[in-house]
Amino acid sequence: MQILGQPLNRIDGRLKVTGGARYAGEFTAPGMLHAALVESTIGAGQITGFELSEAQAMPGVVLIITPQNAIRLGGQNGAPQTVHAPLLQDMTVYYNRQHVAVVVADTLDRALAAAASVRVHYQPGEPLTRMESVLDQAYVPKHFRNGSRSPDSRRGDPETAFSSAAVQLEATYTTPIENHNPMEPHATLAQWNGTKLTVWHSTQGISGTQTSFAALFGIDPTDVHVLCPFLGGGFGCKGNTWPPAILAAMAAKMVGRPVRLAITREQMFTSNGYRPQTIQKLRFAAGQDGRLVSMRHDGFSQMSMPALGEYSEPVALATEMLYACDNVAVTHRLVATNASLPTYMRAPGEAPGNFALESAMDELAAQLQLDPIEFRLRNYAEIDPHENKPFASKALRACYAMGAEAFGWSRRNPAPRSMRDGRYLVGMGMATSTYPTNRSPASARVSIGANGATLVQAGSQDIGTGTYTVMAQTAAQTLGIPLGWVRVQLGDSNLPKAPVSGGSMTVASLGPAVLAACQSVRGKLFDMARADRWQGASDQALNLANGAVVGPDGRIPIAELMAHRGMQAVESTAHAESGPEKQQYSMHAFGAQFAEVRVDPELGEIRVARYVAAFDGGRILNAKTARSQLIGGIVYGIGMALLEQTHVDEETGRVVNANIAEYLVPVNADVPPIEAFFVPNDERRSNPLGAKGIGELPMVGVAAAVVNAVWHATGVRVRQLPIRLEEIITS
Amino acid sequence: MAPSSLTRRGLLGSTAGGLALLPIADRAQAIPASPVSHPADTATALPQQDITLLINGQRMDLTIEPRTSLLDVLREQAGLTGTKKGCDHGSCGACTVHLDGRRVVSCLTLAIRCQDKAITTIEGLTVNGDLHPVQAAFMDHDAFQCGYCTPGQIMSAVALIDEGHTGSPAEMREWMSGNICRCGAYPNIVDAIHDAATRMQEG
Amino acid sequence: MQAFTLARPNGLDSATTTAAATGTKYIAGGTDLMQLMKNNVEAPTHLVDLEPLGLSAIHIDDNGARLEAMARMSDVAAHPAIIAGWPVISQALLASASPQVRNMGTMGGNLLQRTRCGYFRDTGFACNKRDPGSGCPAIPGENRLLAILGGSDRCIATHPSDFAVALVALDATVELHDAGGSTRQLRVRDFHRLPGDSPQNETNLQPGEMITAIVVPASPAARRCTYLKVRDRASFEFALVAAAVAMQVTNGTISDIRVAAGGVGTKPWHLPEVEAALHGQTLNDDNLRDAAMQAGQGARPASQNAFKLPLLRNVVLRALRTVAA
Repeated sequence: MQILGQPLNRIDGRLKVTGGARYAGEFTAPGMLHAALVESTIGAGQITGFELSEAQAMPGVVLIITPQNAIRLGGQNGAPQTVHAPLLQDMTVYYNRQHVAVVVADTLDRALAAAASVRVHYQPGEPLTRMESVLDQAYVPKHFRNGSRSPDSRRGDPETAFSSAAVQLEATYTTPIENHNPMEPHATLAQWNGTKLTVWHSTQGISGTQTSFAALFGIDPTDVHVLCPFLGGGFGCKGNTWPPAILAAMAAKMVGRPVRLAITREQMFTSNGYRPQTIQKLRFAAGQDGRLVSMRHDGFSQMSMPALGEYSEPVALATEMLYACDNVAVTHRLVATNASLPTYMRAPGEAPGNFALESAMDELAAQLQLDPIEFRLRNYAEIDPHENKPFASKALRACYAMGAEAFGWSRRNPAPRSMRDGRYLVGMGMATSTYPTNRSPASARVSIGANGATLVQAGSQDIGTGTYTVMAQTAAQTLGIPLGWVRVQLGDSNLPKAPVSGGSMTVASLGPAVLAACQSVRGKLFDMARADRWQGASDQALNLANGAVVGPDGRIPIAELMAHRGMQAVESTAHAESGPEKQQYSMHAFGAQFAEVRVDPELGEIRVARYVAAFDGGRILNAKTARSQLIGGIVYGIGMALLEQTHVDEETGRVVNANIAEYLVPVNADVPPIEAFFVPNDERRSNPLGAKGIGELPMVGVAAAVVNAVWHATGVRVRQLPIRLEEIITS
Repeated sequence: MAPSSLTRRGLLGSTAGGLALLPIADRAQAIPASPVSHPADTATALPQQDITLLINGQRMDLTIEPRTSLLDVLREQAGLTGTKKGCDHGSCGACTVHLDGRRVVSCLTLAIRCQDKAITTIEGLTVNGDLHPVQAAFMDHDAFQCGYCTPGQIMSAVALIDEGHTGSPAEMREWMSGNICRCGAYPNIVDAIHDAATRMQEG
Repeated sequence: MQAFTLARPNGLDSATTTAAATGTKYIAGGTDLMQLMKNNVEAPTHLVDLEPLGLSAIHIDDNGARLEAMARMSDVAAHPAIIAGWPVISQALLASASPQVRNMGTMGGNLLQRTRCGYFRDTGFACNKRDPGSGCPAIPGENRLLAILGGSDRCIATHPSDFAVALVALDATVELHDAGGSTRQLRVRDFHRLPGDSPQNETNLQPGEMITAIVVPASPAARRCTYLKVRDRASFEFALVAAAVAMQVTNGTISDIRVAAGGVGTKPWHLPEVEAALHGQTLNDDNLRDAAMQAGQGARPASQNAFKLPLLRNVVLRALRTVAA
């Protein structure tokens, strides 16, 4: 019975299609009140006072929290996911739309109306809103990748190699501020019971949320109970514990009643991070033989004021490892502006970084008059040139070959502006994608009852990727039971600890823990069977199938094994983490992206007409949900390529399009037929399940593939995202 | 099915909608003394109105403010949280419901204007536990990931089939473009609608 | 959103009488007004619900179409006689918003929808349209989506309607009913105002006055027409640039030509310069191109939207060629 790998329906699907799945903002508690945020209208300066009388007089208003009466919160105390400011602890305004007060009222309408009636007086400062204007003040990140690696690296002598190379490219690529915009806005319901706190909260990491609340309110983490059974998308913005969540708990504490704070769509643009603007300066060179001789990638990413924290967009990490080149230098720098704190957004670093890297590769290929795939193959890295280690596996050649075949790459005429379909210019572009295979320590508990009903529990969360389903498959496969016998419980911080759902590592981290717990349960049942009948039988001689241990001469129902012993269930909790393989291997997933665009040269309209992508995602545990992740990542990448940009007013630093009518994300009509598939790669070197992580991989390289296709269609090289029709329109 | 009468008005004491009925003094006890923040003790009663809504074939008596959207009434007062709030501005479609058989965005609909109109939400699509063919097709085609936009997508899809816009994938894509799916399940959504429409036609 | 009361009038006169009071607004489909109220851009204390008045019929006769103010966008767009006699109206409506919003939005409300300018819709910005005299940060700011025609130094906000562009091209009229019970007619071309020194005054409606119907004349040109809309996203987006073109050709000569544009003007923009260049001319591609190049006379682009002028000309040319074919 093969369950892992099959294209099975999600086990939580029925709840989602019937409206039965409950998200954080949909829980209530007796006596619950509603909170609404008041936001600043200046981009920098000091608050000098509040005028609250009008708001206080409005019906249903219970409390208005300002920095003048807010609870003083604790310090950092090792809670890494916490965003510590602004939390109404002082009167400083760091960015426009910073929350400066919270109104608590008996209904949502009343809270929102009163929040709009709070008047704030300021001593305004001069906001710094354009990173371009202060690029010379860029600084070195202090906590790059949380200190796990250096922001700069170099090997060889890229400058000398560049100056003497036959073919040179020096270009600047930029990407704008982008907002995650998951469909579910962040929401928190906080309820205190004495010093114990329960929060229903939209989060990609319930464990981190638990430590954040504990640290800021000075209570023990075990006194914080975080619940998040379903998450309406996150894409990174629900990875940290952002101030509004903390403010909900503060409000609940101050009014002595449960408080829900659901932020509005407009507030999503400044309350929970965004992908920062990047400016990337690339200097690449190659010899006439098509071999890269020099790669230099200097990345600048925009930041908030340092008082709010630190986040660097690691744009150049893929440049270190993707191609064989002896002379490579990368740097990462930050530029402070009066903006809210940026954060991880789907494929942080790789998405904007590969746009630059893979655009530059396309430009160089054109200069060399080489086919873009051929150019990449000539520079194929057989081992990780940065870590100088073998890859755990790398099936990128197969991705190029199978992707090109499925796409019909051979039909591409290499000359730009050479392919037409009626009035449309047709362009074909490709790009490589890569994303590291991450893994963090995780625990899980598995319990099988006498009737075979199995419960899998972990303090993880399903952000939509299919964690419920894949963990059920892992348990069913290992315990030899039908999928329908397995129930999975996630999203509860009382369950065994699991990492944040980010970095595409949930399956690679949690899967091995569930696997280990199931193997332990299996071992216990085997031991019971040995004690009862098959003394000395090896593990190989025994099997679990449909609720029975199957041995050399028959089967013993597990109910029977348990009944003897007066047991209701057999349970195990297991912890799993990386072993020496992390030192031995460089671990990455790979892919090849192929876009065909159609451009109307007079109207400027650019549409992706066809899309093919082939990926090495390691072992695939559910072919159906995995394909959905591929398609979803590609759609996200199409948005990045053609649509998405958060516009900030230069004078005030205020976002002008804080809504999803004018912050454009793809709609159904933007998305062409997509053929996305995996190349075979069934290895176990990366982790016991062999899964490389596929949440972010499929969006890496999409923007470059589209940009390269637009160049092929029009002859216009776009180095600034999103691609705008004004850049290609001809009059 | 004859509409049955279900009175929610009396049940609201422990939920958000009922708090307006609490005496001011009861609220005041919860408030810490503070120089800048205190409960409004001069608040005048807002115009609240009693209405009866016909939701999924059931009559529901509610007391609401005129400004309250149908979406908020469904989620906060009727306990029907299947209808989702994604943008509250009609730009995402997550709140799509049927009003007298037509798909609308409930966030831009005033509940008070819905008296005597038939409201169908995602909870009303399932009859005696049997999924609507569109719901089943969404599961089979994995036409969602996080599931938050899904009720709106399904309500739109059911309407789309009824409107007769299943002629081609391009037509379905255009007529589903009022529903944003940030997980990007669009191709699967179109496949699911095509599949469901075919099955419904075959009866 | 601030609290309000809602009246459900039992007749036209009771509606207009009520609505003349300060702080009172009509609500039709509500698709724009609700957004503006949620953003605190509009804060009426009293709403007059137009739904009880009916006013949703679509009348067709030999002279034209009479679209009552509360007729829904989706119903008008799908009406067979509209598709046959005024396809540009159906096309413009179907290019607007989303299916759900079109099921709610009305004829009258569509003409009265307000600009999408992000500065106008956010009370955290100054805005002359919302708060007269407070200034316009949009002109030196994020102006890519804003108007190149009809602006002033107070305001360059774009009128967002597609439908109104078709009406301007077809020279439709609106029927108005006022608080005194009298009615009048106004050409759609004269219905919207340029911002000038008072961008807060967007139409020539009097206080309490209500749109009761839109009358679109029938003509051979109206049957030979098209709406072309260009936008960044493939659907569910307001126009970057759009054009409505209607044409009658008699014996190879252009005997009637109507051209209007959207996305470029502070009001739905009539293009008489293009019409003048084509009227009475032989229908050939050179003439179409020469005429299209006349479009947008007097354009004053801002820092980010200069592309709209060449794009306008290309869009007009494409639309002309489409109806000529």
